[in-house]
Amino acid sequence: METIVFYVFSAFMVLSALMVITVNNPVRAAFFLVLTFFASAAIWLLLEAEFLAVILIIVYVGAVMVLFLFVVMMLDINIAELKAGFVKNLPLAVLVALAMFGTILFVVVGGDQFGIDNFAPPARHAADYSNISELGQLLYTEYVYSFEIAAVILLVGIIAAISLTLRRRPNTRHQKVEEQVAVKSEDRLRVVKLEPHARKEERK
Amino acid sequence: MLTLTHFLVLSAIVFSISIAGVFINRKNIIILLMCVELMLLAVNTNFIAFSHYLNDTAGQVFVFFILTVAAAEAAIGLAILVVLFRNKRTINVEELDSLKG
Repeated sequence: METIVFYVFSAFMVLSALMVITVNNPVRAAFFLVLTFFASAAIWLLLEAEFLAVILIIVYVGAVMVLFLFVVMMLDINIAELKAGFVKNLPLAVLVALAMFGTILFVVVGGDQFGIDNFAPPARHAADYSNISELGQLLYTEYVYSFEIAAVILLVGIIAAISLTLRRRPNTRHQKVEEQVAVKSEDRLRVVKLEPHARKEERK
Repeated sequence: MLTLTHFLVLSAIVFSISIAGVFINRKNIIILLMCVELMLLAVNTNFIAFSHYLNDTAGQVFVFFILTVAAAEAAIGLAILVVLFRNKRTINVEELDSLKG
């Protein structure tokens, strides 16, 4: 049963990864990347990493890929021009990918350290086993400094992204909040003393 | 029966596909960024597979940090891409040659 699930989702993962790198339209590539993330989240669930599978879907599919889609749709890209040289580079790409795959296979399967016989699947945890609490205990005790550094990295990411893309146009009208807050009633209301109108009989 | 090798071979395939993607989409920066995300996904799958088969949760902590850094990297990379497009009206890598060095 598990084997069937594994093969189905890995087929999804590999095929959609292939589509990511071959489709013309970047929007379609982004959607196929979403499908790849979903399939690999299922694979991670098979490996009992429930928290990370959920995080992958929430953070990647929900945030990062939406960011990608926004950027793709905001930019006015000439796809045909960018696709030129696709066929020319294809043999080199296949060659490098096969060489890389062969090297990894040689290390993973051919080597002694990660052979098939060495690692049988460990026993499944009980139904009340909580992956999140175990991960959280490790994260907040042993890796707490790394956790804080990760938080700082996210802060740096926020500041960098905002300061890179923020631009002030000179001729747009901005609200000046500090002046609005510091306003007094004298600035808004001006009491004008008007001379009373002359009477009719005096005018005659 | 699923063994560690199943998962390692799967992530090796995905990693090789993303390397091929870097080669055949040399001009489009957006697809290049997607290929980087795909590589990180393959590496993360490796980490989780080892963490499961060695019964050590530390591998999952690493994946957690990789996800964090990858999210920050994607945000900054896309911000740079937007600024680049605003200034040069192109995302073709071959036209980005104004840096003299």
